[in-house]
Amino acid sequence: MIENLVKHFGGLLATDHLSLHAEPGEIHAIIGPNGAGKTTLIHQLSGELMPDAGRILFDGHDITREPTHRRALAGLGRSYQITSVFAEFTALENVVLAVQAHAGHSFRFWRQALSQPRLVEPALAALAQVGLATNANAAVATMAHGERRQLEIAMALAGRPKLLLLDEPMAGMSPHESAAIVALLATLKGKHTIVLVEHDMDAVFALADRITVLVYGRPIATGTASEIQANPEVRTAYLGEGEDTL
Amino acid sequence: MTAGLLLTQTLNGVQLGVLLFLLSAGLTLVFGIMNFVNLTHGSLYMMGAYFAAAAYNASDSFLVAGLVGIPATIVLGLLVERIALSTLYTRDHLDQVLATFGLILFFNEVVRIVWGPSSIYMNVPSTLSGTIDLFGLPYPAYRFAIIGVGLVVALALYLLIHRSRIGMLIRASASNPAMAGALGVNIKLLNALVFGLGAGLAGLAGLMAGPIMSVQPGMGEPILILTLVVIVTGGIGSIRGAFYGALMVGIVDTMGRAFLPTLLREVFERSIAQAAGPAIASMLIYLLMASVLALRPQGLFPVKYG
Amino acid sequence: MVKASPRALAAVAILAILALVPLLTAIIGQPFYLTIVARIMIFGLAALGLNLILGYGGMVSFGHAMYLGIGAYAVAILTFHGISSGWVHLAVALAIGVTVAILVGSVCLRTSGMAFIMITLAFAQMFFFLAVSLKQYGGDDGLSIPARSDFGFVDLGNATLLYYTIYVVLLATLHGAWHLIHSRFGMVLRGCKSNERRMISLGVPALRYKLTAYVISAQVCVIAGLLLANLTRFCSPAYMQWQVSGELIVMAVLGGMGTLLGPVAGAATLLLIEEVLSSLNLGLPWGIDAFIRDHWMAPLGLFIVLVVLTLKQGVYGHLAAARSGSA
Repeated sequence: MIENLVKHFGGLLATDHLSLHAEPGEIHAIIGPNGAGKTTLIHQLSGELMPDAGRILFDGHDITREPTHRRALAGLGRSYQITSVFAEFTALENVVLAVQAHAGHSFRFWRQALSQPRLVEPALAALAQVGLATNANAAVATMAHGERRQLEIAMALAGRPKLLLLDEPMAGMSPHESAAIVALLATLKGKHTIVLVEHDMDAVFALADRITVLVYGRPIATGTASEIQANPEVRTAYLGEGEDTL
Repeated sequence: MTAGLLLTQTLNGVQLGVLLFLLSAGLTLVFGIMNFVNLTHGSLYMMGAYFAAAAYNASDSFLVAGLVGIPATIVLGLLVERIALSTLYTRDHLDQVLATFGLILFFNEVVRIVWGPSSIYMNVPSTLSGTIDLFGLPYPAYRFAIIGVGLVVALALYLLIHRSRIGMLIRASASNPAMAGALGVNIKLLNALVFGLGAGLAGLAGLMAGPIMSVQPGMGEPILILTLVVIVTGGIGSIRGAFYGALMVGIVDTMGRAFLPTLLREVFERSIAQAAGPAIASMLIYLLMASVLALRPQGLFPVKYG
Repeated sequence: MVKASPRALAAVAILAILALVPLLTAIIGQPFYLTIVARIMIFGLAALGLNLILGYGGMVSFGHAMYLGIGAYAVAILTFHGISSGWVHLAVALAIGVTVAILVGSVCLRTSGMAFIMITLAFAQMFFFLAVSLKQYGGDDGLSIPARSDFGFVDLGNATLLYYTIYVVLLATLHGAWHLIHSRFGMVLRGCKSNERRMISLGVPALRYKLTAYVISAQVCVIAGLLLANLTRFCSPAYMQWQVSGELIVMAVLGGMGTLLGPVAGAATLLLIEEVLSSLNLGLPWGIDAFIRDHWMAPLGLFIVLVVLTLKQGVYGHLAAARSGSA
């Protein structure tokens, strides 16, 4: 839950008294024209930016001033708009790192990480969940763009997050790849709470339980897909402008 | 400790600071704009000193030394930049460090080959070899001239960077090189300009340092490391940071070496003071740098990057 | 350590040759070579230590020579005061090494990129000047060490035994480093090099791991310094010069940063080049031989520049197939 978040960048009001509430298990999508402050919002939720005012409550705790890594350990998973994986490793190693981050401290200097079932099994499970089980030992460098996006999500899942922040998971994907991601996210519904920022309207309307529309940092409407589609303010501000997919 | 001694050492500190500023200004721009770790800057300073000394000893004129030395250093700097360094702009810092390290070894050896391993001498120009009278205190005229020249150059740099169109382009490139390029600024030319300016300043510093410091192989590196301390303390890419940082480092180092051993002798027993005094004095500026970084990791006057 | 790849074979070959050197030098009657190879192993050890944070952690430290100095000076100063027990030497060296590494590392790791490089260089310079100012311990001229560290069960005064001690330390460090790189800690370290931001967003407080890696890497250099003082029976501020820090980096990169043995191969390459150039006697005309003997730093400098501009993976790393990650 977010209360009254405000964020300035010099003279620019990026987040304008934004309040948002995400129900457990739902997929809550955030849409809005470019520059509406969606990414700024994600950064404030994940801890990479500090808001100037307002609070962020997660699972009953006020995490507004918590550093990023602590939020991750509290159950906040995140995927990035521009693929941010460990390029020199294999897919499995990437997810093992994600599992490892939540498996206590890593001041263990002797046993091979990849030989520990406690790390490898959950990693393989997460890879299977996103459909990458067969590519586990593939080097990331050899993977296609869509597969890397899947890996991103696997890494976010590996930490057993309560809340998943997905920043444009469909970015740069072919329709075929997007459909795979949509199917994946549908399976996650109910098990995890998901806050999804997306431009791909088909995906949003197919998946989202509720949608918030953001314009110039303010939410102008919140509701179900049909409510949003019917909302006249939204139509003029956003949907009426034409292009809905990148 | 007299007021006179205090004043003399302060002025010496300012003089060192001013020399450091000449070197730091060029280097911090290269670091900030081109994101390039240029360790050969010390070598340019050394070559500047050698060119000037050679010209001076051949012509007996400080003016000629300057007219030959500074342009020669600029040309050398631009040649090195075009031939070896420009390919490294896109490489990571490690490669830049290694390549410039290799060049340092090369230049130090070249100097040894051409001029021999021992220091060569450059006399203070006769017009400035006396002392001037500051509040009844005699102070070497030459050192005072260095301070004067340094402050004039600082002012000129300030006007250039903050009040001219070129300066604006330089600052824009420092803040966001990609954007500046996209807006039509000729980045290659600008880089060459900044590099050349830095080389010129290094040459000037070498010229002025010649008479008062030993001109010898390897003279560039101790000064280079002091320059790095200045830049890190002042803030990478910031001329203002370079100026204040250089003055701070110059004054702290000079005064520390001059007065700390005496101060310690007042407080501690003689043998401890004698052992610890020079040791701590030599570490003073690094402790200063560490303190600044502990409080402000980006330096005192950080440049905001876009 | 599984298939007989070209790299694994080369590794075994190198280690085998190193083991046999005392025998070979005894056969050809040139004990002088024993010292050269021992020196190579010591610098290989130091470069290996540096590479833990350079190649695997992405931290370019231009100041690791100061840890060599700490190890060497511990031996020198303690021996000067009559303490010759090797165990005391080792304990004191590591105690000082860990303290300094934590203090210096904490300050340096507040920055990254080029600032990190410059600050590590600055701190090493500080220790250099500190050593120079210690007049009672030789100052600029250095301090000679009358006797080698006494470790009780092995007499380091015997050249061959000293050689094998260094060899065993190198092997042990290689073994330990292999485990370190593949352990959880190693994964986190390599992850931080690859994408630190992602590491943090996964829930890992990167700083404490980087600092720990820095301290570990420094201690390897401290041990190398202790061995160096024992080999040369001499200690001076020159061990901490910035050029030495630079040479350590060159060794690591030249040999191949992505492997454990690479830095050792790099050390061998660099030191052998220096040896060959400074004693060149090919009978070349126009006094080229003498010229190169006197001024070998110039071609060496150019060689380094050339290597940087051309070889991205290093001499030894070149043997590795283009695969990701694990050694």
